[in-house]
Amino acid sequence: MESLSPLWGGAGWGAFPHSESKGRKAFFSEEKKQKTFISSASSNDRGHFPHRRAAKKQKFFGSFFQKRTFFLLLFLLFSAHAYAVSDPREMLPDPKQEARAEAIGSQLRCLVCQNESIEDSNAQLAADLRAKVREQIKAGRSNAEIMAWMVARYGNFVRLRPPLTPATFLLYATPFLALLAGAAAAWFGRTRQVSSPPLPLTAAEQAKLAELSRPQA
Amino acid sequence: MNATGIARRRLMLLAPLGVAAVGGVAFWSMLDRMQEGKFDPHDIGNPMLGKHIPDFNLPGLGASQGFSSRDLIAAAQTQPVLLNFFSSWCIPCASEAAVLDELQKMGGVPIWGIAYKDAPEKTQKFLDQYGNPYARIAADASGDVFINFGLYGVPENFIIDRNGIIAWHIAGPLSDDAIEQQMLPAIAKAKA
Repeated sequence: MESLSPLWGGAGWGAFPHSESKGRKAFFSEEKKQKTFISSASSNDRGHFPHRRAAKKQKFFGSFFQKRTFFLLLFLLFSAHAYAVSDPREMLPDPKQEARAEAIGSQLRCLVCQNESIEDSNAQLAADLRAKVREQIKAGRSNAEIMAWMVARYGNFVRLRPPLTPATFLLYATPFLALLAGAAAAWFGRTRQVSSPPLPLTAAEQAKLAELSRPQA
Repeated sequence: MNATGIARRRLMLLAPLGVAAVGGVAFWSMLDRMQEGKFDPHDIGNPMLGKHIPDFNLPGLGASQGFSSRDLIAAAQTQPVLLNFFSSWCIPCASEAAVLDELQKMGGVPIWGIAYKDAPEKTQKFLDQYGNPYARIAADASGDVFINFGLYGVPENFIIDRNGIIAWHIAGPLSDDAIEQQMLPAIAKAKA
């Protein structure tokens, strides 16, 4: 997505003439599909009586809903990797190299959208950076070299998985800190077992108890 | 329940409240700094700052002459040069044009422009409409120079010193405040 700073205002500092990301589009339509899937499933599931259900099954089997559900599930299965590589000419002819390019690209942040990888984004800059990755793979550069090339230009921010530095230490330490905090909370919050038996009743208490438990006249 | 039990229960109640309070104060101060312009979450910084400019050699608009990184450094020998990336399709660039025009009239800082991914005739039309503050203009049609400078949007501005080092950078349009409070001191420092 395009990010616009309130500081620079206007209808797009750095507004590349880019369309909505395909990845995002795929996500929305997927959500829609899922909704339809749920509603169609629940409408077919309403019969509670076994005989009614069995009778329905025959009819239901070849029905439109069943086919649709099947295809929707099929789409859901294959829609996870809706990369933005829209033009097949972008792709490298060697599938191994292309897989490498996709692996590198999915680790690189699109600087325009900032929360998408360059493989997911449809921004012009993302397309240019994808081309740069593929260009360098073709030239025989290693993954580390390509990553270093990107970091030299855009800093560690371009990496979606940042390296462990003093600035990112807290980020990586947070899960362990949370675990420690939880353990501490559990330790301090535990209820203590009652170890000593209650004290015997005093004379006044015994008298009161006797009075209360005396059968009513 | 004894005294330590009560203290412990109180701690259990106050600890989450304390954490929430610290988080709230941190968030509030972040928003405050954003409003004052001291903090911009979108600003990724430019690792090229303090480094030598990348080599390039770009054509000009149409038949006119462009410039290379060598030309830029040669010009920076006399005084630091402001390198401005812009495009005719970029709306903030149009509003920045007035600031650049004023800066050019004021003198003291030569402004060199690189038009990013723009058709030369559209760039020309943009200059005719909003004024031309540039001493030299080059066209980066492929966007390669843009990437080598670590740009991710237009406009962005760089001050190049006599050694070809990027002395100052802003990811966004120049404003009067940015010029007075940041750019001019950076130029003074580069001259010294």
